[in-house]
Amino acid sequence: MTTSIAPRRAAARSAARRGTLLGWLFAVPALVAYCAFVIYPLALGIQYSFYKWNGVGPSEWVGFANYLRVFTDATLLGSIGNAFVLIGFFTVIPVAAGLVLATLIRSLKPGPFSSLSQTILFLPQIIPLAAAGIAWSWMYAQTGAVNQVLSAIGLGFLARPWLGDFQTALPAVGLIGSWVLTGLCTVLFLTGIGKIDQSLYEAVRLDGASWWREFVTITIPGLRQEIAVLVTITVIAALSSFDIIYTTTLGGPGRATLVPGISIYRIGFTQSEVGLASAFGIVLMALVLACVLPIQRLARASDR
Amino acid sequence: MAFSRPRARFGRGPVAVVAIAAVAALGLAGCAPGGSSPTATNSVEVSTELTTDPVVLTIADETGFPLTDDLAAEFTKQYPNVTFNITRDTFANLTANAPKLLASDTPPDLIRLPTIGDTVKDGLLANLDPWFDAYGWDKWSEAQLAPLRMGDDGVRGHGSLYQLGLGYSITGIYMNTKLADQLGIKNTPTTLAELEEDFAIAKAGGVLPMMEGDKDGVVNFVVQAAINQYADPKELMDWILNVEGATYDTPGNVKGAELIKKWADAGYFPSDINSIDYATFVSRFQGGEGLFTFNGNWAAADTQAKMGDDVAFFLVPPVEEGGNHVAMGAANSFSVAAGSKHLNEIVFFLNWIHTNDKARQIVTDVTGAAPGGDPSQTQPKVAPGSLIENALAMSAQIAAENGQVDFMANATAGIYAGAIIPESQLLVTGQISGQDFVTAVQKFYADELAG
Repeated sequence: MTTSIAPRRAAARSAARRGTLLGWLFAVPALVAYCAFVIYPLALGIQYSFYKWNGVGPSEWVGFANYLRVFTDATLLGSIGNAFVLIGFFTVIPVAAGLVLATLIRSLKPGPFSSLSQTILFLPQIIPLAAAGIAWSWMYAQTGAVNQVLSAIGLGFLARPWLGDFQTALPAVGLIGSWVLTGLCTVLFLTGIGKIDQSLYEAVRLDGASWWREFVTITIPGLRQEIAVLVTITVIAALSSFDIIYTTTLGGPGRATLVPGISIYRIGFTQSEVGLASAFGIVLMALVLACVLPIQRLARASDR
Repeated sequence: MAFSRPRARFGRGPVAVVAIAAVAALGLAGCAPGGSSPTATNSVEVSTELTTDPVVLTIADETGFPLTDDLAAEFTKQYPNVTFNITRDTFANLTANAPKLLASDTPPDLIRLPTIGDTVKDGLLANLDPWFDAYGWDKWSEAQLAPLRMGDDGVRGHGSLYQLGLGYSITGIYMNTKLADQLGIKNTPTTLAELEEDFAIAKAGGVLPMMEGDKDGVVNFVVQAAINQYADPKELMDWILNVEGATYDTPGNVKGAELIKKWADAGYFPSDINSIDYATFVSRFQGGEGLFTFNGNWAAADTQAKMGDDVAFFLVPPVEEGGNHVAMGAANSFSVAAGSKHLNEIVFFLNWIHTNDKARQIVTDVTGAAPGGDPSQTQPKVAPGSLIENALAMSAQIAAENGQVDFMANATAGIYAGAIIPESQLLVTGQISGQDFVTAVQKFYADELAG
């Protein structure tokens, strides 16, 4: 018996090895692209962050001096603070609104009205952020649509240049992000709800549960994965935001809407301090990971 | 069951990627990024004769300024063997990409370059000194050329010539004379105090005293105009040219900035100033909003076309009656790439722009700017009584009174976006004092120069 098992095992092992090899072979094109466009630029970024370099001329090794500047410069730290405020608008509002809207749309009878509302909600998602930023900056202007609507409904005293006002600029920019991302959240939640076992809903309804009870005990737990994915995506969008700010306020007024993305762009391309810009970029990446990894962990922990 | 879907498993991935990248970075650490410091030597023999071979010259210019198109067309008409390939990008993109464009294997022969920055140190710009001698540019206005020079110490204002201007600009104040008549204002102000009186009259009469915008920092035409009247022009110029030890924190600068704060508190600026950009404030002034606006000669032709005779253009008045005028003005500066394959040809083109009557006429017609070159040469023809005629006279007056200063925004590559715009947005809404403004700008300047 033993004599016949050993060769079979060896054959199985070599088959497995061949399988692994074949697997790697299939992965090669993707790996090459990944190394060329992710790993290599990231490695270069880390390398640059230790140099004082203008992007063209000779460079000088400066150790951690660039990182020291990132952590001691009040302007740069302030921009990180603004990015965290944006999480409220890019993550909390869209995810909450998406949950509610998806539940409401699900309760509609499937038909033209339901698909129309889905399409309308998703539309902002297909508009490039830069274009959305420009369109919104017109609507937010002193004579723009927002102030016209306010005046029309008797709230004219609230009218102001929303993007030019120190108090309202950051929330105004943040709401553009909410407008764009709510559609994405709603559509993803809708597909998620579709996958929840309908018998669960019937069960709680037989128990006489209210709409709210149903929402909390069935819908939200059932959408845990979607929530984790959306929170991850939107937190990243908030912390690394660039296009909306660039097309609406350029970080102004003052530094009210300055975010890391704009700072990095300016330091790297306007001031030509590639080392400092790289260091800030690496810090931003670390920050994004520090926020996103716990979310992943939480989603997994609650799965068990 | 809905609850047993496979778990998302990208938890540990990012950390691994960063770790791999960090290891790779350590591998790269042996070699420092960037080239060695090159020595700029012009590789061709200087000639003032234009070749008869067919040549294509490339120009990188900003979007929205058609001057180079018109000049190139006229040049090709006169010298058919030379044609042009002109690419355009927005001002912000062009200035951000300029060093990389110049360092590439196929740099543009001529490039719009507002600030020299590190480009001379990195050997990216052609030194124009040999042509200066060959063409005899010593007859040209040295005051206009000085800011286009840079010394070995990295300080502008002296040393070798690295740029030339396609037109030399001048700034001042536009006044809506129709509104002035309605308010009973007869003449353009001749002192700063008179200007302030006019602001007050306008405010009391329900007219916006001045139409300005600061979304993109253009209110600094006003901020610097005020500073110019109190600052020592030499000190201010030294600061802009990065002379060692020069500071922005001078009593004159503070006084000028405090005046802006006073105007902000008095409500002389539009209430939505921080959401108004250049194009918006120009069109709103041309549409009849605001008694005054601070702008440059480049807006003269367009403003005249929109407002006809209802507009005046004049120099910012000095503090004392009859005092010397000080105004910002600068070359619309272009540089030749050190790596250009057609150095003699492109410099011939630059010399032609400054000396050929037709080219000089195009510069003035398109931009309203003085064409520079030899002051004794015939000046371009302009319509009598037009704003452009005014602009040329203002340029001449500033030259005679030696009152031209460069724009503060040209002091360093990053200062406009990094300090002047955000701090002026605070200043013109009265949120910081003049002293705060001056201190913040100086701090950014010192940090940036220290790198």
